[in-house]
Amino acid sequence: MSLVDRSTRLNAASQGAEKTRPAGKGRLAALETSLAGWVLPILLVALWEYLARLGIIASNVLPAPSAIAEAGWAALKSGELVRNMGVSTLRAFAGLFVGGVIGLAFGIANGLSELSHRYTDTTLQMIRNVPHLALIPLVILWFGIEEEAKLFLVALGVFFPIYINTLHGVRTVDPQLIEMGRVYGMSPLTLFRRVVLPGALPSIFVGLRFALGIMWLTLIVAETIAASSGLGYMAMQAREFLLVDVVVLAILIYALLGKLADVLTRWLEGLCLQWHPAFQAKRD
Amino acid sequence: MNAHAPLPVPPAPARGLGLHLGRLGHGFGAKRVLDRIDLDIPAGQFVAIVGKSGCGKSTLLRLVAGLDTPTAGHIAFDGPRDDAAIRIMFQEPRLLPWERVLANVEVGLPASVKGEERHSRARAILAEVGLAERAGEWPAVLSGGQRQRVALARALASGPRLLAFDEPLGALDALTRIEMQGLVERIWQEQRFTALFVTHDVSEALALADRVILIDAGQTGGHVALDLAVDLPRPRRRGSAELAALEGRILDTLFSS
Repeated sequence: MSLVDRSTRLNAASQGAEKTRPAGKGRLAALETSLAGWVLPILLVALWEYLARLGIIASNVLPAPSAIAEAGWAALKSGELVRNMGVSTLRAFAGLFVGGVIGLAFGIANGLSELSHRYTDTTLQMIRNVPHLALIPLVILWFGIEEEAKLFLVALGVFFPIYINTLHGVRTVDPQLIEMGRVYGMSPLTLFRRVVLPGALPSIFVGLRFALGIMWLTLIVAETIAASSGLGYMAMQAREFLLVDVVVLAILIYALLGKLADVLTRWLEGLCLQWHPAFQAKRD
Repeated sequence: MNAHAPLPVPPAPARGLGLHLGRLGHGFGAKRVLDRIDLDIPAGQFVAIVGKSGCGKSTLLRLVAGLDTPTAGHIAFDGPRDDAAIRIMFQEPRLLPWERVLANVEVGLPASVKGEERHSRARAILAEVGLAERAGEWPAVLSGGQRQRVALARALASGPRLLAFDEPLGALDALTRIEMQGLVERIWQEQRFTALFVTHDVSEALALADRVILIDAGQTGGHVALDLAVDLPRPRRRGSAELAALEGRILDTLFSS
C-alpha cells in the first residue's frame, strides 16, 4: 500500500512541476502526508473485522476488533483500564527517569574525564552484557513483586542505551569548537553548557529513543511475570479467565503507548534540535 | 636572505598591541617545527606570514595566540595580555551551530559585558560586517562567506588589540575572497589592531599587508627566509606592476630554497 502511495506521490510531484498547484490541493497533500502512516493499520483492522465476522478467524483465537472495543469500553467504564494504564505509565517513566539520569551522569562524566572512564567503563560494559531480564528471578527474591522490582529492572534496562549514546555524543563533540570556546575565554562550566552538551544532544536523543523501546519491553515482561497491578497483570489475569479480548486489548494498548512515547520524543527533538539542518528540512 | 628591510611605522598605533619574538622555537618531540625566530612587530602593523604548507606558519600563530606554549625562546607583548586582547580567527568559521548568529557573535564579548549591552554591542559589530539583518538566523542557513564574516564579527567583538588570522579565507571561492579581503582591510584601517595574517596565497598577502614574512622549513625547523616591507598605498590595485614585482621576488625565494 505504501508503495502505491509513493508512486502516486511521485506522479503528483512530476505533474506539479508542469502546472501550478491550487492551494486546496497543497493542503490535501499535507493531510495525506500526516495520515499516511495510519492507512495500513486501519486497513488491517478492517480486514480483521471482516474475517472475524465471516467466522474465518475463531473468536477464541482472535476476537473481532469490535469485540475488543467493547471489552475496552467495559474496562474503561469500570475504571480498571485507566487505573492499570496509569500504574504502568508511572512505573515506566519513573524507571526511565532514574535509569536515564544515572546513564546521563555516567555518560557525561566518562566522556569528559579520562580518569572516570578508565575506572568505570569496563565495569559498566561487563554489566551491559548480562541481559537484564535474566535478573528477574534475583530481583523477585530481592524485592518481591513490589514497585521496587519493576523500577529496578526498567532503570537498569534504559541505563545502557542512554549511557552509551551520551558517552559517544560527548566524546565526538567537534574538538575545533571546544578549542574555539577555550580561546574565547569560556569557563569550564560555560564550555560544557554552550558547547559540549548541545553538541552531544542529537546523540543523547538517539539513546532516549532506544531507551523508550527497552522501557516498555522490560515493563511488560516484568508485569507479566510478577505484578499485582498494571497492564501486564491485567493481561495475565484475563488469560486465566480465557478473556482473549482483554488480552488483545492489553497488547494493542502497549502498541499505542509505544507510539505515544515516540511522538513525544520526536516533539522534544524538534524543540531542542531546531538548529540542526536535518530537522530544519523536516519542518519545511 | 635575512635582510631586514627598514619597516614603515603605521600612522596611529592607538590600539594595537606590539610584540617581540626572541629566539622563538617549537617542536613536537624530536621534530623541530620552528627554529630561532626573531621578530619585532610594532603596534598596529599588518603582517602577513606566508610559506609552503608544513613550514610552521600556523604553529607560529598558535604560539602568539597562546594556544600552544613555545618550547624555546620567548614572546613579549608591549602591553597587558588580558583575555580579550588577543583573538584568533580560524580557517573554519567554528560557529556554534545550535546558537543564532547574534549569540555566536556574543561569544566574543568579555564576560564583564552584561545583559542588553551584550546584544547591542553584538548587533553593532554584526552591522559592521554587513550582516545586521541575519542576526536571528541559524549558522546552517548562511553561505560559507557569510559564516566567515560572522566569525570575523565574533573575533572583533571584544575590540582585540592583536588579531591572529589562520588562513581565514582559504576555504572561500575567489570572488568572496576578494570581497572579504576588502572587508578585513577596511576594518583594520578603522580599528588599528595589530594583524598577523597567515596565508598560503602570496598575492593575498601583498594585497593586505604592510609587511610580508616568508617562513621556510629548513633542516632545523622553520625560520624567517624573507622579511619584506610592502610600502604601497591602499587600496592596492590588483595586478599592478609593483605588486607583481614583489610577488615575483617572494615566489623566487620560496622556490629557490
